[in-house]
Amino acid sequence: MSDHPSHDMLFNETIPDIFICQTRWDLRILVSNLPYEGLPKTKQPNRYFPGNAVKTTKYSLWFFIPMNLYEQFHRFANLYFVGLAVLNFVPAVEAFQPEVAIVPICVMLALTALKDGWEDCRRFRSDRRINHTSCRVYSRKVSGFVERHWKDVRVGDLVEVASNEIIPADLLLLHTSDLNGVCHIETASLDGETNLKRRLVVPGLNTQDSSFEPQNFHCTVAVEKPNDNLNQFKGYIETSDMKRLGFGIDSLLPRGCTVRNTDLATGFVVYTGHETKSMMNKNGPQYKRSKLECKMNIDVLFCVILLFSMCLIGALGKMSLNVPLFLTPGSHGHMDSNPLSGLYMFFTMIILLQIFIPISLYVSIEMVKMGQIFFITNDVDLYEEKTDSRVQCRALNIPEDLGNIHYVFSDKTGTLTENKMVFRRCSVTGTEYSHNENGKSGKCKFPDRKLLQRVLAGGGDWDGCGGIRRCEATDLYLDFFLALTVCNTVVVSTATTARAQRQRVWHQSTSEIDISAQRCYVAESPDEAALVHAAKVYGFMLIARTPNSVKVRLPHGVELNYQVLDTLNFDPHRKRMSVVLRHPISGEIVMYTKGADYTVMELLDFERSAYKLNTASTQRHLNWYAKEGLHTLCFAKKVLSESAYKNWSLLRQEALAAIDNREELLMETAVNLEKQLTLLGATGIEDRLQECVPDTVMALREAGVRLWVLTGDKAETAINIAHASRLLDQEDLVIHMNTDDKAVCKSILDRSLEEGRRHTRPGYPGLSIGLVIDGHTLDMALQSDLVDRFLELARLCRSVLCCRVTPLQKSTVVKVVRERLKVMTLAVGDGANDVNMIQAADVGIGISGQEGMQAVMASDFSISCFKHMKKLLLVHGHWCNSRLSNMAIYFFYKNVTYVNLLFWYQFFCGFSGTSMIDIWLLIFFNLFFTSTPPIMFGVMDRDVSAETLLGLPELYRTGHESEGYSHFTFWIAMLDAFYQSLVCFFIPYLTYQGTDIDIYTFGSSMNTVSLFNILLHLAIEIKSWTLVHWVTMLGSVALYFTVTLVYSATCISCNPPSDPYWTTQQQMSEPIFYLVCVITTVVALLPRYAHNALIYIKGAHIFHWPTFLQPAPPNQPSPHTVSLSLFHSLSLCLPQVHIPCAEQHAGPHPPHTGEASGAAGPCHPGTVDQGVEGVQRRATGRAELPETDPGAGAFQNHTYTLHHQQSPRNPNSECSPAPPQC
Amino acid sequence: MPKKELETANRPDNTAFTQQRLPAWQPILSAGIVIPGFVLIGLAFIGIGVALFLTSRNITVLEMDYTGVETTSDCYKCSAGTLPNCVCNLYFTLNETFPGTVYFYYGLSNYFQSYRKFGASRDDNQLSGDTYYFTSPLAVCTPYQYDVNNNPIVPCGISANSMFNDTFNLYQLVNGSKTVPLDGRGIAWWSDYNIKFRNPTSDPLRNAFNGTVKPPFWSKPVFELDLTDKSNNGFLNQDFLVWMRRAALPNFRKLYRRITGPDYASGLPPGNYTIEIAYNYPVMSFNGRKKVVLSNVSWMGGKNDFLGVAYLVVGSLCIVMSMVMLIVYAKFKFPDDV
Repeated sequence: MSDHPSHDMLFNETIPDIFICQTRWDLRILVSNLPYEGLPKTKQPNRYFPGNAVKTTKYSLWFFIPMNLYEQFHRFANLYFVGLAVLNFVPAVEAFQPEVAIVPICVMLALTALKDGWEDCRRFRSDRRINHTSCRVYSRKVSGFVERHWKDVRVGDLVEVASNEIIPADLLLLHTSDLNGVCHIETASLDGETNLKRRLVVPGLNTQDSSFEPQNFHCTVAVEKPNDNLNQFKGYIETSDMKRLGFGIDSLLPRGCTVRNTDLATGFVVYTGHETKSMMNKNGPQYKRSKLECKMNIDVLFCVILLFSMCLIGALGKMSLNVPLFLTPGSHGHMDSNPLSGLYMFFTMIILLQIFIPISLYVSIEMVKMGQIFFITNDVDLYEEKTDSRVQCRALNIPEDLGNIHYVFSDKTGTLTENKMVFRRCSVTGTEYSHNENGKSGKCKFPDRKLLQRVLAGGGDWDGCGGIRRCEATDLYLDFFLALTVCNTVVVSTATTARAQRQRVWHQSTSEIDISAQRCYVAESPDEAALVHAAKVYGFMLIARTPNSVKVRLPHGVELNYQVLDTLNFDPHRKRMSVVLRHPISGEIVMYTKGADYTVMELLDFERSAYKLNTASTQRHLNWYAKEGLHTLCFAKKVLSESAYKNWSLLRQEALAAIDNREELLMETAVNLEKQLTLLGATGIEDRLQECVPDTVMALREAGVRLWVLTGDKAETAINIAHASRLLDQEDLVIHMNTDDKAVCKSILDRSLEEGRRHTRPGYPGLSIGLVIDGHTLDMALQSDLVDRFLELARLCRSVLCCRVTPLQKSTVVKVVRERLKVMTLAVGDGANDVNMIQAADVGIGISGQEGMQAVMASDFSISCFKHMKKLLLVHGHWCNSRLSNMAIYFFYKNVTYVNLLFWYQFFCGFSGTSMIDIWLLIFFNLFFTSTPPIMFGVMDRDVSAETLLGLPELYRTGHESEGYSHFTFWIAMLDAFYQSLVCFFIPYLTYQGTDIDIYTFGSSMNTVSLFNILLHLAIEIKSWTLVHWVTMLGSVALYFTVTLVYSATCISCNPPSDPYWTTQQQMSEPIFYLVCVITTVVALLPRYAHNALIYIKGAHIFHWPTFLQPAPPNQPSPHTVSLSLFHSLSLCLPQVHIPCAEQHAGPHPPHTGEASGAAGPCHPGTVDQGVEGVQRRATGRAELPETDPGAGAFQNHTYTLHHQQSPRNPNSECSPAPPQC
Repeated sequence: MPKKELETANRPDNTAFTQQRLPAWQPILSAGIVIPGFVLIGLAFIGIGVALFLTSRNITVLEMDYTGVETTSDCYKCSAGTLPNCVCNLYFTLNETFPGTVYFYYGLSNYFQSYRKFGASRDDNQLSGDTYYFTSPLAVCTPYQYDVNNNPIVPCGISANSMFNDTFNLYQLVNGSKTVPLDGRGIAWWSDYNIKFRNPTSDPLRNAFNGTVKPPFWSKPVFELDLTDKSNNGFLNQDFLVWMRRAALPNFRKLYRRITGPDYASGLPPGNYTIEIAYNYPVMSFNGRKKVVLSNVSWMGGKNDFLGVAYLVVGSLCIVMSMVMLIVYAKFKFPDDV
């Protein structure tokens, strides 16, 4: 410090000044650490800010046990166990030896602690790795950058990052090696977006001169307090000459991102460690409770009630029974009074019968879900080779909800479609050019021959010197393609080879390498890339882009370097962007504007009548494009005079320099400039349907899932995509709702409802109904007085399209449907606009596509394309649901069956709480002997093969019919459990009554009988036996006999008063024991087995208990044809079922049957655009569109019944799974 | 299409296990398997049932209640429990030979040896001969841990204290009365006699019990239970061992003696018999009953018709089930015929 007195002075003067300004925002005032280097910590100006080390671990080494215990005791189940263990230490009520009673809870706690510890250890290791990554921090001592660990970076440090390095903390960009002060970063780790983002040195900070000396950075930095908003950041730098320079998110290099395309960047650390944007955005997997678990909790409550009533019976029994006098004939020792002993007995019974409440069920379910998720994530069918990504489960506890979905809410762009844009059509100066070949190949490779000739002819004599005004017509063509080339934010990347390779694999359309030039276009939106590529085909090639210039090669090889005067970026309010250029030769200032058709059309200069005709035909083309489902964009230009530009430029500068209201001012200036435009043309970009989307949609529809599409697009586009993806069929009744008047909205709803009811009347072979609703109308329909009507209508509809909806509306719709209709909802989307919806639904699925990872981050499951939904829902969903519900039911059954033996025994031991089974064996029975088979059952059982499930989507409905887990099945299981426990108790009882059998021999026979009974019961339930099943089942039996025999041979008097010594051996030497085992097991399982066999033999006509007893409503597709109990037969007997891949390669258009306007109801055909209500039959024939093969049309009307063992589906399909081995 | 390893790093393993394609066997419940299966099981069960039933029929059991509830009973006089050393007689007549080795049991009803407190109240350390516990028995033995003078009770606890102490002698009434020899050796479990229960190592045995008192119910200390056989004393006394193996159910019998001797080794010949009972054990207070059971045994143990009947019933049920299934099967297989 002493050798730099000037710094001292500087800060003494500056700091107080800045504190005065703190009133405006909640500010954080920072200065460079450099002047204080080497000083003790108390002198450091930034000492109050946390370090850059991150700690994501929950526990510390020393306090692991207490902290973990504290955590665990938040769970009810553990408290229950501890309560019981404590109760057992009360001598009056003890049922077991106290030491033994704490074993279950200890095992449970230890297992959980082990799991937590292991997870924490992994987090610790990853933290350590991150914290010890090295980076370069400037040091005054060596006057250069020195290597430091990430954890040692502090706020106020100056950090240098090189290309391809990861940014260690949130940095304010001060200097880059780029002359323009640009630094490109890749934010994939933050939001998953792989495109390059441009970051700028703090504007006005004059550091781009050759030598930036961190030592000389004496400015004070004021930034807002740390927050988790990734897209917002503001602050200012106060330079030593008291000038304030504002900056925004454009100057922030967030931690975790990677620097690309920039050799060196130097930044000032503003946030560290847990205060960085990336860390504040990190949150663990969400906890969701599945529907099954909610139902199960109710049944657990039933168990509690049952337990209490059984304990009450015990207590009453004890009270009514006089204490046998042989216990206390002496004078000393007193007996408790009857009511008191009854009370004690109540608690003793609770301890004795504690496993009646299947607490271990929760642990088992967690393990089962882990196994299920392992299988889901390991499914090779859900792996996408192009992106090398598999399905990810971010919510670990709702896999079974996938099997019980009623409503699917889907985004359109990027979810149903590829979001890979293909330049399909364009209209220049009112002439339409179709690019059919692009449409066929799916790439922007082929120019339209007519247009190419036109461009080449027009520009043939144009060699760069003739000026722009040479020929009006050519001019417009030239301008049109120039606009395509330059009016965007596409970056020409000179990426490193590794990155280029990766990009080639990952993003074939957004960034394609120009092999010859090693040039790669990185665009923020796929539309832009498609346009640039399209222009390239016509010879207009974007060669380089810097913030101030753009270099373009024209068709005849001339390279022009346009000066970019300004870029008016896209924003959602204007829905357009503009670029202001200065022509390198003529010096003319031109603005090119690109935007949504309706915004650009409004801004046209209609004074110039010459364009009117063009405008009208372009509009016609645009409408046509929209109907075809193309994304439309309009291009326009405007020539500015020098003076006009200068005036505007001044305003613009002011706006740029503004600190408050900067956004508003900038927008205002943009709007000021973008008017009186000249229309150049329009483009139609095709967003192709993803692979197998129609097939997936069909499958989901057959599975009884209602599909809603929520899109921000226009109704025409949405309807078109809906037809292409089979959401709507040609003969469907489509109801359009588009109105601004609430009264009209209400009347449409009423009339549509009437119409809808007519068509869905029971027994009436009505039409399927589709509903198309506009965002405005949706708002009205969701108001409280109309929402019921709307939902009722929606319930009658097979598919619903909501167009022009905002992200907020998307989530509102999901919430309303979910809460009002009490159904399971699933939302699937790929973009940031779907995040709300994904979070609102019961199950959120994110598609990791072209639009970044925000949807994925918010989702419960992430997949890489829509077609994976089919297997995820139909197969994994069904499996997880049926496995878990069967397993849970079995678990209840198992515990009740076993523990009831103890209950029945109370009638024969004077209600004294004696357990006739040795307590260790009792605990082991649940803990080891019979714990693995149900878990294996829950993870691995296959009631129906994957091929059958995919081939007969109707089977998915069994999840809806709650055949899996319902209170009914629960009670059936309970009844069965009571019956079986009675059998298991009373057959040995009747056999041994009156003999000299002793307690533990009696118990040991019962234990063995129960083991066989419980395992064989599971064996009946197991639908397919693999090696794993055999090993676990036989292993359990072997384990039981080994442990029991060893235990009863070694425990001489190890566990008084129980006396298991030699009992099992004694027992097994008597033939009668085996006879008892055989008959008890047979009698216990006979009803269930006979029932199953009868059902099987009867075939399709009698069903599982639930459907057997509850006839399905008549108009519902009969569940009888798809009952679970038939799954054996299905999976065995059905021939190979294949699913055709509908014809998306032939074009997205379904067959058209010509106009068949509404015969039903008050109908205004073709009123879509006028926004008038109407119920009409959807039919918009377009003869020129390709017809599809008739087979696909035939198959959509086909309904499956069991008797249709032949599938009409096309076996040579690429969407079908590998042919099943039958 | 061959890809570079790096590009498919995330590809899941395509194994039968991870893809859930393990070869699986599906149990088929088709009529062709189930119906014959039921028939087979039914037939097998009926076979076993018949065998069991016949075996059980061939077992002879003679049960005689001697609680003395009825005034006609000779033991009525003793049942009040007021007479010390009350002896009563139980007469019975065999019309035909009681075949085989006859086992002599005593039976108790409504007696809960399985009562939790009853079972817990014993000190296994004492019973395995550990003399440390002779001086300080476990607390579970209360109220029979120490006597009023604070002397340790050996064997302590309710179980031991309540040991059955009626004794029986069997006489055949032929030309006066002829003693039927009763053999009390080897009536307890081998494992109890040889491993679980141990006497303290001291000679004479009684020295080990110095400073201890007998259980209050007992008339004799544990080391003098059998005055005729020195080795049948202490914790290894067969009757004691039999008593200490707790019965599972409230109505039980326990082996008292085997009838041996040259005249009776193959059964009791027809004739008149009397059992002389030293009536000591009070059961009236808890509505208990005492009885004497004479029985021979077979491979399936004592007489029990239940199991045989159960097998017969279940076997028949299986046959009936198979017929029902056959009808159902026929009905749905050939629906037009019905």
